[in-house]
Amino acid sequence: MKLYELTIHEAQELLRKGEISAVELTQAVIDRIVEVDNQVKAYLTVTPESALDQAQEADDRIAAWRKNPANPLDPLTGIPLAIKDVICTAGVPTTCGSRILENFIPPYNATVIERLRRQGAVILGKTNPDEFAMGSSTENSAYFPTHNPWDLSRVPGGSSGGSAAAIAADECLGALGSDTGGSVRQPAALCGVAGLKPTYGRVSRYGLVAFASSLDQIGPFGKDVTDCAIMLQALAHYDPCDSTSVDVPAPNYAQALVPDIRGMRVGVPSEYFVEGMQPAVETAVRAAIEKMADLGAEVDEVSLPHTEYSLPAYYLIAPAEASANLARYDGVKYGYAHPHVEDVWDAYRQTRQKGFGPEVKRRIMLGTYALSAGYYDAYYLKAQKVRTLIKRDFDQAFSKFDVLVAPTSPTVAFKIGEKVNDPLQMYLSDVFTLSLNLAGICGISIPCGFADGLPVGLQIMGDAFAEEAVLRLAYAYEQATGWHKRKPVL
Amino acid sequence: MDKRSQETKLSRVEVEHIAELAKLSLTDAEKERFREQLSAILEYAEMLQRLDTEAIPPTATVLPLRNVMAADEVRPSFAREDVLANAPEAEDGCFKVRAILE
Repeated sequence: MKLYELTIHEAQELLRKGEISAVELTQAVIDRIVEVDNQVKAYLTVTPESALDQAQEADDRIAAWRKNPANPLDPLTGIPLAIKDVICTAGVPTTCGSRILENFIPPYNATVIERLRRQGAVILGKTNPDEFAMGSSTENSAYFPTHNPWDLSRVPGGSSGGSAAAIAADECLGALGSDTGGSVRQPAALCGVAGLKPTYGRVSRYGLVAFASSLDQIGPFGKDVTDCAIMLQALAHYDPCDSTSVDVPAPNYAQALVPDIRGMRVGVPSEYFVEGMQPAVETAVRAAIEKMADLGAEVDEVSLPHTEYSLPAYYLIAPAEASANLARYDGVKYGYAHPHVEDVWDAYRQTRQKGFGPEVKRRIMLGTYALSAGYYDAYYLKAQKVRTLIKRDFDQAFSKFDVLVAPTSPTVAFKIGEKVNDPLQMYLSDVFTLSLNLAGICGISIPCGFADGLPVGLQIMGDAFAEEAVLRLAYAYEQATGWHKRKPVL
Repeated sequence: MDKRSQETKLSRVEVEHIAELAKLSLTDAEKERFREQLSAILEYAEMLQRLDTEAIPPTATVLPLRNVMAADEVRPSFAREDVLANAPEAEDGCFKVRAILE
């Protein structure tokens, strides 16, 4: 077995036994990046020198632990990880996939980076996102599109497409993404890896560049469910720097990883099996649900009647919040500033016009319109009321079920260029994921089969702070099927 | 096309007004493209009007948190030079901005 193919939990064991060193492991992953990333293009920035320094520190910690095993070794010690480039890393460029932040070097680490580093994790670099995490294909990056490791002519999904592709191509052991409407789960599905969106408030957003603040949440990608649980354990923590961080103690997620789901109440929302979805996706997801019933889960249909309103509600609320958040890019404090301007207003207009790409401008325009005088009630307020109805649907469903299962995305990975000129078609790619963000609940996408050689994702949704139930079902299904062990050939 | 979808069509003047609110100096081609695309998206969003939400409160955040306060204590902040290192223009330890008044 090649070192870069290891999962986090496999690498952990070998590091503890002293069979490999963190430096060897990190070097193997860096070599892998050099070997395949010219095809995949998952990374915007790779930081091999600091990664190897961090790996050396990890080896020192492991040596100290071996001398004195009374001090426990943190689970992520020496594990090489990739970070979506919308999360601030001190001293390392954080571009958000945008020209407007091309030269931005944060003076501080996001809380999640601090937590990973305190655990001894190794940061390999920054992965390609859609610009400001706005997109479903990573084609909206101002730098280049990322390619799906299963078929390089196809998208990896988005907006955390670089992180998902890096996992699928073995260019890291674990990765961070952010999920505002499906941006962890949808690329996880399209790349055939595991991706978890925690409950809103479970993981600190301090240092995550804001897109839509009532929806944004950082989440982990892993090669399997166990790795997602290990990373969530490191991330889930109350943070006074984020006023929306919730002070609820994190449970021991590893205890949820038991291959026993007998009696678990699994709801199947009928509204998530719609006309227009790819038949092979439905076949794979239906088969997965049957498998859960075989394993002893109590499966039944449930209705989330306002599902069809999620997409229009989301595409008013998220752009409205984005238009407010992105008002800060004025060419004064950081980022691009247009050099030839007449006055202060011209400076703002030119800087933002040249600095932002088409999708970001489209959403700023849409959000500004939805918030503007005379339209606020009809669009933004209306969407917030519909958000209440969507949340109530989930509240009702979770009064009867432990988890809900559905497809993650209506299709497998589509061709690069296929949807770039039709924003509404692109938005439909998130139709099954964004209702969770509106409701603030948690969910995971795990592989559940293939259609025409491309991975299909299964979405497991849980109520707020019900990550354990989600992980338990995901783990039991994964262990019973083994889809996660298939790898693309590069 | 029914009457409502006609009504949701944005005019060129409206697009220019929104662009000015958002401080974007769009090109003519962008104005036309956004006029078409935003009209299509808003037309799609019209489906929300089918729901009677008269008695439904809006959800701005899913959390029950209100008015979260930080402890009122003095702590070190970022070093001035670290913060200004990202500024396009800085002078005398300050961000340099253009004149707002003549």
